[in-house]
Amino acid sequence: MTLTLHDATFALLALLTLGAALGVVLARNIVHSAFLLVLTFLGVAGLFLTLDAGFLGLVQVLVYGGAISVLVVFAVMLLMSEQAGQTNPPGASRFTRWAGGVGAVALALALGAAVCTTAWEPGSGPRPEAVAELARLMLGDYVVPFEAAAVLLLLAVVGAIILAKGEDGR
Amino acid sequence: MSDQATIGIFLLLTLAFPAGAMAAAWLFRPAPIQSAEKRTPYECGVDTRGPSWMRFRVNYFLYALVFLAFDVETIFLYPWAVRFQALGLFAFVEMLVFIAILALGLWYAWKEGALQWY
Amino acid sequence: MIGISHYLLVATALFAIGAFGVVAKRNAIAILMSIELMLNAVNINFVAIDRYLAPGGALGQLFAVFVIAVAAAEVSVGLALVISIYRQRRSVNLDDFNLLKW
Repeated sequence: MTLTLHDATFALLALLTLGAALGVVLARNIVHSAFLLVLTFLGVAGLFLTLDAGFLGLVQVLVYGGAISVLVVFAVMLLMSEQAGQTNPPGASRFTRWAGGVGAVALALALGAAVCTTAWEPGSGPRPEAVAELARLMLGDYVVPFEAAAVLLLLAVVGAIILAKGEDGR
Repeated sequence: MSDQATIGIFLLLTLAFPAGAMAAAWLFRPAPIQSAEKRTPYECGVDTRGPSWMRFRVNYFLYALVFLAFDVETIFLYPWAVRFQALGLFAFVEMLVFIAILALGLWYAWKEGALQWY
Repeated sequence: MIGISHYLLVATALFAIGAFGVVAKRNAIAILMSIELMLNAVNINFVAIDRYLAPGGALGQLFAVFVIAVAAAEVSVGLALVISIYRQRRSVNLDDFNLLKW
C-alpha cells in the first residue's frame, strides 16, 4: 500500500476543506466566516478536480467562489451594526450549542458508519466526455428541469429584488 | 504522471510560493522600525475617515444578485456551446427560451432601478 | 488508496459541520453559510458516486449542476429576506425574530 500523489492531494484538500468549514462555524467575526467559506468552496472545487470532474470544478469556482461568495460578503457589508468580534456569536442558550454539537457528532458517526459498512460496487465502462454528456442530458432527457431552473432563477431574481429594495427603494 | 498529480504539485507550489516569498522578505529585511506612521492602513494615499466597519448601500447586493443569476446561466450555456453543432435546432430553440426567461429577469431588474447607481 | 468511501466520509464531515452551524449559530447569515456547506457536501457525494459507481454517464454531475443552480436561487432569496428583516428589526440575530411566536 503506497501513498500516491493523488492520495496526498486528496488528503491535503480534505484537510483544507474541513478546516475552513470548521472555521466558518466557529469564527466570532462574520467577515472571517465569509472568507473561510470562500476557502471551503475552493477546497471542494479541488476535490471535484481530483474526481475527474473538471467542468464541475470550474463551475464551483465560478458560481460559489465567484458569485455566491460575493453575494454573501455584500450582504455582510449591508448588515454591519455591531462590534466586529461579536457579529457571529454562537447561540444564546447553552442547550442549543450542546444539542448542535452532540447532534452533529451523532449524525457524522451514523452516516460515517453507514458509509464504512456499505459494500460499494465500483461501476465500469468507458467514461464519456463530461461536458458533451452534460449537454446531451440537459437539452435532451432533462430539458424540463433545465427550463424550470431558468424559471427558478428568474423568480429568485425578482423576489430578491423586491425583498432587498423594500418599500422606499433604499 | 496523471492529471491529479499535476494538480497536486501545482497546489503545493502555490502554497509554498507565498510562504517562501514572506520568509525571504523576513530574512532579508532590515530591523523593523515601529512608528505610528507604519501602523496606518495606507502609508501613502488618503487616510480613512470615520469607522471602516460601517454599513453599505443595498445597491451592492442588487448588482451581485443580477451577476449571480447570469453566472449560473453561463454554466448552462457552456456545455450547450461546446456541443452546438451536434445538438441541432431543437436545442438551439430550447436555449433561446432559457435565455429569454433570464432576460426577463434582467428587464425586471432594470425596470426596478437595480442597475442604477445613485 | 483513496476510494469512494474517503470522499463520502469527507462529505459526511462537511455535512455534520454544516448541521452544527445551522443549530448552534445565532446570526442568520452564518446559518445560510452553514446551509451552503451542507449543499456542498451533497455535491461531493453526487460527483463521487458518479465517478466511482456509475462512470458510464454524467447524471451525478448533472444533478450537481442543478443543485448549484438551486443553491444560487436559495442564497439570493435567503439573503434578501435577511436584509428585509434587518430593515424592520435592526438585527440579524435569529433570537430577535419572534414574530410568529406567542
